[in-house]
Amino acid sequence: MLTELRDRESSLLRRLDPRTLLVSAAGAAFCFSAIRGLAPSCLCLAFGAALAALRGFPVLPLLKRLAAANVFVLFIWLTVPPTLPGEAVAVLGPLAWSREGVALAALITVKSNAILLSFLALLSGTSLPLVGCALERLRAPAKLAFLFLFTCRQIQVVGEEWQRLWTAAKLRGFVPRNSPHTYRTIGNLLGLLFVNAADRSRRMHEAMLLRGFEGRFHSATELKGSPADRRFALAFFAVLAGLLLLDRHPGAISWI
Amino acid sequence: MDLTPILSLERITFAYPGRPALFREFSLSLGEGERLGLHGPNGSGKTTLLRLIVGLETPQAGGISYRGRLAAGEAELRELRRGVGLVMQNSDDQLFSATVLEETAFGPLNLGLRRREARDRAMETLEGLGLAELAGRATHRLSMGEKKMVALASVLSMRPGALLLDEPAASLDDDSRGRIIDILRRQALARIVVAHDRDFLRQTASTFIRLGGPGGPEPVPEL
Repeated sequence: MLTELRDRESSLLRRLDPRTLLVSAAGAAFCFSAIRGLAPSCLCLAFGAALAALRGFPVLPLLKRLAAANVFVLFIWLTVPPTLPGEAVAVLGPLAWSREGVALAALITVKSNAILLSFLALLSGTSLPLVGCALERLRAPAKLAFLFLFTCRQIQVVGEEWQRLWTAAKLRGFVPRNSPHTYRTIGNLLGLLFVNAADRSRRMHEAMLLRGFEGRFHSATELKGSPADRRFALAFFAVLAGLLLLDRHPGAISWI
Repeated sequence: MDLTPILSLERITFAYPGRPALFREFSLSLGEGERLGLHGPNGSGKTTLLRLIVGLETPQAGGISYRGRLAAGEAELRELRRGVGLVMQNSDDQLFSATVLEETAFGPLNLGLRRREARDRAMETLEGLGLAELAGRATHRLSMGEKKMVALASVLSMRPGALLLDEPAASLDDDSRGRIIDILRRQALARIVVAHDRDFLRQTASTFIRLGGPGGPEPVPEL
């Protein structure tokens, strides 16, 4: 699963075809990142929040998830405003936070949270293999679908391998400290992890070749679209088009 | 009646770089329905022999034929791999799909079957092995015994002409081991079984070859 967020079982989004959800999520990401103004971006954020509400996520776990993801945004706030030239709004020693930098960081924050909310709402609960299968059916490049699926699987394999190595070290009394022994041990474990992972992926590739794999991944999963998918996609992309229009031609909205 | 062996190894010589030869001009053939057991100490070349047969290793001399055709090029090798299924020693290396059904349908899909046909064939194979209830399970959540069984199913769903099994009962409890023996005894397929467990070999093979002896591989009448 993409996340362990529990959603409402009766949610409309749960019943949609993974292809619809994937195309919608990609459309949202493309549209939100293309928007330039802060006000339309705030509307995108509201739209993302509405999708999350439609999915029926509990508020607190959702906020915790957003907070974790916003650690990366914090770096933007620490680096962009002091480095972007412009009118200073705050000064701390040799560093001056520019108005333009703050505006840009705010824009990035709002847009990234809007994209995050949309992805959580649309793709949370869709298993990664199903996403890979949807990519294949959407005629995404075969290599992309294959890489996506196997990267997911390999990350899991590497994670399990790391757990095994770490447990083996701990069973022999290894306690990580700030010492050369700790760094050497962790270095050895990491080295072994990569060697084992490379060996494992080679053996997996051999297993695939032996079963007739010729570079194209085929999935046996059946996907079925429904009229609800078409209605959802139509409404969803109409909203995205409206947001883009509002951003590029604010006057058009007042005309409507 | 066609007496051409399914597999034949003709005067194979093979050594890993910098190591003594594991096989020198070694020949072997496997006919329809034949059940060959290979045993020998660690490092005697049992797994290597299976890898040579399916083309994962290349012999320095000699050749491997599948149904009378020398597996010399890519096309012949593909043909051989479609007809000879290898069940690897470590099932974790063999299982990479998300669910058991996807895993079992992987081979048939690569054979060009339609999605529905591949799913039907996968389900049929799983049912035949008594594994139908595992179809929707994630492969990485299976027990060791279940993984072995699913690895076997994933090969059998390709309807091979011969099976190569590398330590199929290693690390299994008695129940799982017994289940594998039952399954293999019900299969009329020609096979080569590699195992340290002599009792397992006696129950799943009828002729035996010992590897790693001073004179190289040698047939032995019984274990």
